[in-house]
Amino acid sequence: MATLQTRATARLMMSPAVILLFLWMIVPLVMTLYFSFLRYNLLMPGTEEYVGFLNYQYFLTDPAFFTALGNTLLLVGGTLLITVIGGILLAIVLDQPFWGQGIVRLLVIAPFFVMPTVSALVWKNMLMHPVNGLFAWIARSFGFQPVDWFAQVPLFSIILIVAWQWLPFATLILLTALQSLDGEQIEAAEMDGAGPLSRFIYLVLPHLSRAITVVVLIQTIFLLSVFAEILVTTNGGPGLQTTNIAYLIYSQALLQFDVGGASAGGIVAVILANIVAFFLIRLIGKNLER
Amino acid sequence: MARSVTTQRKLIFTIIGWSIGFLIFFPILWTFLTSFKTEGTAVATPPQFLFFDWTLENYHEVQSRSDYGKHVMNSIVISVGSTLLGLALAIPAAWAMAFSPTKRTKDILMWMLSTKMMPSVGVLVPLYLIFRDWGLLDSRLGLVAVLTMINLPIIVWMLYTYFKEIPGEILEAARMDGASLMKEIVYVLTPMAIPGIASTMLLNIILAWNEAFWTLNLTAANAAPLTAFIASYSSPEGLFWAKLSAASTMAIAPILIMGWFSQKQLVRGLTFGAVK
Repeated sequence: MATLQTRATARLMMSPAVILLFLWMIVPLVMTLYFSFLRYNLLMPGTEEYVGFLNYQYFLTDPAFFTALGNTLLLVGGTLLITVIGGILLAIVLDQPFWGQGIVRLLVIAPFFVMPTVSALVWKNMLMHPVNGLFAWIARSFGFQPVDWFAQVPLFSIILIVAWQWLPFATLILLTALQSLDGEQIEAAEMDGAGPLSRFIYLVLPHLSRAITVVVLIQTIFLLSVFAEILVTTNGGPGLQTTNIAYLIYSQALLQFDVGGASAGGIVAVILANIVAFFLIRLIGKNLER
Repeated sequence: MARSVTTQRKLIFTIIGWSIGFLIFFPILWTFLTSFKTEGTAVATPPQFLFFDWTLENYHEVQSRSDYGKHVMNSIVISVGSTLLGLALAIPAAWAMAFSPTKRTKDILMWMLSTKMMPSVGVLVPLYLIFRDWGLLDSRLGLVAVLTMINLPIIVWMLYTYFKEIPGEILEAARMDGASLMKEIVYVLTPMAIPGIASTMLLNIILAWNEAFWTLNLTAANAAPLTAFIASYSSPEGLFWAKLSAASTMAIAPILIMGWFSQKQLVRGLTFGAVK
C-alpha cells in the first residue's frame, strides 16, 4: 500500500519531531562532553582551557562522589523495595471484589498526581516535624520518643516520601497485569488443592514478573534523578547525607559555578542511566515485536 | 472469575481496602483539612481533625500576598502550551509511523524512547548556559520549549499505540470511495483518533504540570509555575502550614481530578505500551 509518494509524505510528517528531538538530544550532550574537558568556572570568565580528563579525575576521586553514588543506590533500591512489595500487596487487595473498590482505587493512585514539591513539603512539615508533626503526636500518644526524621534518618525520610509518590504507579501497573491473569488457571490450581501461598508463588508471581520488570526499570530511570524532593527538604544535608548524584551535579553547576566539573559529572550520570536504559529498551523492543 | 464470593470475605476486604486507601490518601486529606485552619490550629497538639473553626482566610491570604494568580497562569501556559506544541509535532509523526510503517519505524520509535532516558542533570549545564545567553532564563517560552521536548517521546509513543488500533481496512475503503488524503484524514481518521489524542493530552498536561527539575532550575520570579512557587515555602523562617496547605490544595486539586479521569490511560502512557 505504501507507494513512493506516501512514503515521501510519511517521511515529511515525521521529520519535524525527529529533527527537533535529535537536536535536543545531541546539542546539549555534545556541549556537556566538550565542557567536561575544560577548566571552566563561571566566576572566572576567560580562564577556560583544555585540561583533558582532569575534571573526571577530580569528580570520580572526590569522596563526595562515592557518598552521592551510595545515596543514589540506597534511594533507588529502598524506594524500589517498598514500592514493588507494597505494590504487589496492594494490587492483590484491589483485585478482590469489595464494596467501594472504585473509590479506594482512586484514593490509592492519588499521590502520583501530587507535584513533588508539595508532597515533600507536606511530609516534611505536617507529618514528620519533630514537635508539631502528626507522627510525633502519634509517637507521643503511645509513649514513645518522637523521631526527628530529617536529623536522625534524613535519607530514609526522603525514601519514604519518594516511595509514597511512586507506590501508586507500581500498584496500578501490577494491578493491570494481575487483572489479565487467567481465572480458570487459578480455579484449577485451587481444585488441585493448592493453598493461597503456593498459588501466589507458582501462578501469580510468574505472571507478574514482566510487569515487575517494567516497574523496576521505569522507576529506576526516574529515581536516578530525584531532585526536587531533596532540594526543598534537606538541600542535600545534613552534610552530604542526602546528596544524590543529581543533586551533587546541580550544586557543582549552579551553586559553585564549576561548569567543567559539573559537566564531567553529567556525563557520568548519563552513562549510569544508559546502563539501565539499555535493558529497558530491549524489553520494550521485544514487546513491540509480539 | 466464576468463583462465588462469600459476603464475609467481601466484608473483610472492604475493611482492609478502605483502611489502606485511607492511609495512603491521608497526607492529601490532611493538607486539605489544614488549609482551612488558622496558623495556630495548624500546628496545635493534639492535632485538630474536623472540629475546628473552618476559615477561608488562608486562601485569601495566599491570593493577595503572593500573586498566586500569576503562578497559576504560568503553570497553565507552560503545561498546556508544551502539550499542544508536542501534539502538533507528534500527531503527524505518529500518524506516519502507524499508517505507513517502514523497516526503520521501530528503530525510530526506540530511539525516541531512548532520548527520554537521558538524565536531565546530564544536560543541565549547557541548557542553563544556552538559556542565559539567549535570554530565556525565567521565561515561559523557554520552559514551554524544554517541556515540549521532554514529553515529546511519550506523546509520540502514546499516539502511536492508539493509532495502531485504528483498523487499516477503513482507510482502504475510504480510498476506494475516492476520498483524497485530506478528506481521509479529516472525515475518517480524525474522529476515530480523537479519544486517543484526548487522553494523551490529559496525561501530558499532568506530567508537565508536575515537572519539577527544569521548572525549579530555569525559573526565578517571573515564569515560576506552581512547582517552583510551592518550593519557596521551604524557607525555614516560621511555620506557615496553613498557607502552605492552601497553596498546595489549589496546586494539586485540578490535576488530581484530571488524573482520576485519565487513570485508565495512565498505565499505557507511562509504560510506553509495554503493559496495557
